[in-house]
Amino acid sequence: MQSEQSFASTATEQQSIFRVDNTDYYYGAFKAVRGVNLEIPVNKITAFIGPSGCGKSTVLRCFNRLNDLISGAHIDGRITFHGEDIYSKGVDPTELRRRVGMVFQKPNPFPKSIYDNIAFGARINGYQGDMDELVERSLRGAALWDEVKDKLKESGLSISGGQQQRLCIARAIAIAPEVILMDEPCSALDPISTLKIEELMHQLKENYTIIIVTHNMQQATRVSDKTAFYNAEATDSGSKVGYLVEYDATENIFKHPQNEATRDYVSGRFG
Amino acid sequence: MVSPQKSAKSNSGDYQPQLQKRYKIDRAFQIISWMATLSGIVVLAVLVTGILIQGIPNLSFDFLVSPPSRKPEQAGIWPAFLGSIILLIITAAVSIPIGVGTGIFLQEFAKDNKIAQVIEINISNLAAVPSIIYGLLGLFAFGRLFGFITGGRSILSGGLTLALLILPVIIVATREALKSVPDSIRMAGMALGATRWQTVRTHVLPLAIPGIMTGTILALSRAIGETAPIIVVGAAAFVPFAPTLTIEGLQEPAFTALPIQIFNWVSRPQEEFHAIAASAIIVLMIVLLVMNATAIFVRNRFQSSR
Ligand SMILES: Nc1ncnc2c1ncn2[C@@H]1O[C@H](COP(=O)(O)OP(=O)(O)OP(=O)(O)O)[C@@H](O)[C@H]1O
Ligand SMILES: [Mg+2]
Repeated sequence: MQSEQSFASTATEQQSIFRVDNTDYYYGAFKAVRGVNLEIPVNKITAFIGPSGCGKSTVLRCFNRLNDLISGAHIDGRITFHGEDIYSKGVDPTELRRRVGMVFQKPNPFPKSIYDNIAFGARINGYQGDMDELVERSLRGAALWDEVKDKLKESGLSISGGQQQRLCIARAIAIAPEVILMDEPCSALDPISTLKIEELMHQLKENYTIIIVTHNMQQATRVSDKTAFYNAEATDSGSKVGYLVEYDATENIFKHPQNEATRDYVSGRFG
Repeated sequence: MVSPQKSAKSNSGDYQPQLQKRYKIDRAFQIISWMATLSGIVVLAVLVTGILIQGIPNLSFDFLVSPPSRKPEQAGIWPAFLGSIILLIITAAVSIPIGVGTGIFLQEFAKDNKIAQVIEINISNLAAVPSIIYGLLGLFAFGRLFGFITGGRSILSGGLTLALLILPVIIVATREALKSVPDSIRMAGMALGATRWQTVRTHVLPLAIPGIMTGTILALSRAIGETAPIIVVGAAAFVPFAPTLTIEGLQEPAFTALPIQIFNWVSRPQEEFHAIAASAIIVLMIVLLVMNATAIFVRNRFQSSR
């Protein structure tokens, strides 16, 4: 991947950080999602909603090429980050993943100390600054510092699920990414932890672009600026393929959806 | 198929739990498995007691450090004991790095394609090949082909042959241990911009070490008890001097090991030799116990350190 400057200089892409052009997503021969066209605005929160199995996670995982880890997974199309094709030879997936962080559905802290959970990413990416300071800053950024400041040496698994998820967010922001991908980050959490993470997202928006997958309609309306609704339909061969139905400002998706399927889904009349 | 309406309406009369009968079957299986366990323990206890009764009287420091002899009361196991230890060291030094390395490569790095599948099936099959076949392979490969390094039929060839023998077991154990580490850990590491090796080394491998250790120690325990393959590559029944840890010592054509010494004494007609064979068996069992204890100790240290 090239220097930051070369990315910033692509004037036409200034408003959108990611651009997906007519992309199909495959697992082996199975086409999971077809024909996605999408632009992700910078420093905004974009929500992905849709019924289970329609391919939200699949689309999300391709933004940092984490789908490369799944054998057989590939795409047919073009996904650009700052105007550069992320699947082109010039792009190093390791460097891409540093700039596009991810928080998973199930909190997955490393079975190491809270401190090391955060320091790991910084160390491998050659962080030169003061590590203690970075750990504190990241934990404060994830609204977790006050709860764990006295037990930084304890295992990341010894805290509650909601705290673990915020630890994962702290871990993600410790390496100063530009984008944070979140795959149902609150699905395992209680309403209070969920609220904390939503507040956190509002703060993070200042500095980061966020894409969040959620099954919670209220959450999408509360946090997101734009919303993409995905659906799945049966193909001739009997399998299901996902596709992007509608993508618009969140307010429009929920108040004035253009598509009937969207209207049914956001009003809870779906399936 | 029952229609949803009907199955939803079914009342408790449709169910016949037959609790008494199910509890009876429960008990029957409990008794059967208990008897299976017991028969194993009884046989083991009889064996161990017999050996202890026969062997303990002759156990002494002199017995450990004396060479074998035609007179049973003067005979000792020093060459065989040292031979077994050196074989074990050579075997471990060769098989652990290669086996664990191969396991890591196959599980974490190799693409899941036809070639990988063929290799996988082959390795699993190799683990089931009789040890005498490995002996013949070792004789050809280390005794002849690489004779200029190993000195032909020598303790070095023996150790290398045993390493070959347990390599598949270590590879399979390593892969199984790595497989049991959840993918979410790999995803978490890679999503932070770690390379594959960084992820494996710092997060995956530490979680897999206990499993790898268990498999490796079991494999080494098997190696230390083997006789057939090392006889083929040159182990002799009567070696009056102990091997030395020099290049020449390792290439020395005459060496022996505890199982071979034991076999040799047991096959003699005199009762006295049977008794010292029992003593040698006790020494072999102590070596195995120490190995297993070490493994458990290291494993626990690993587990508490995370
Ligand atoms: N690792 C995989 N290998 C093969 N197929 C997969 C894999 N992951 C997902 N799929 C398939 O791709 C399709 C989309 O799955 P995906 O997980 O992206 O859906 P989703 O919208 O995230 O669903 P959910 O809301 O339940 O998380 C499904 O048909 C699924 O079976
Ligand atoms: Mg999903």
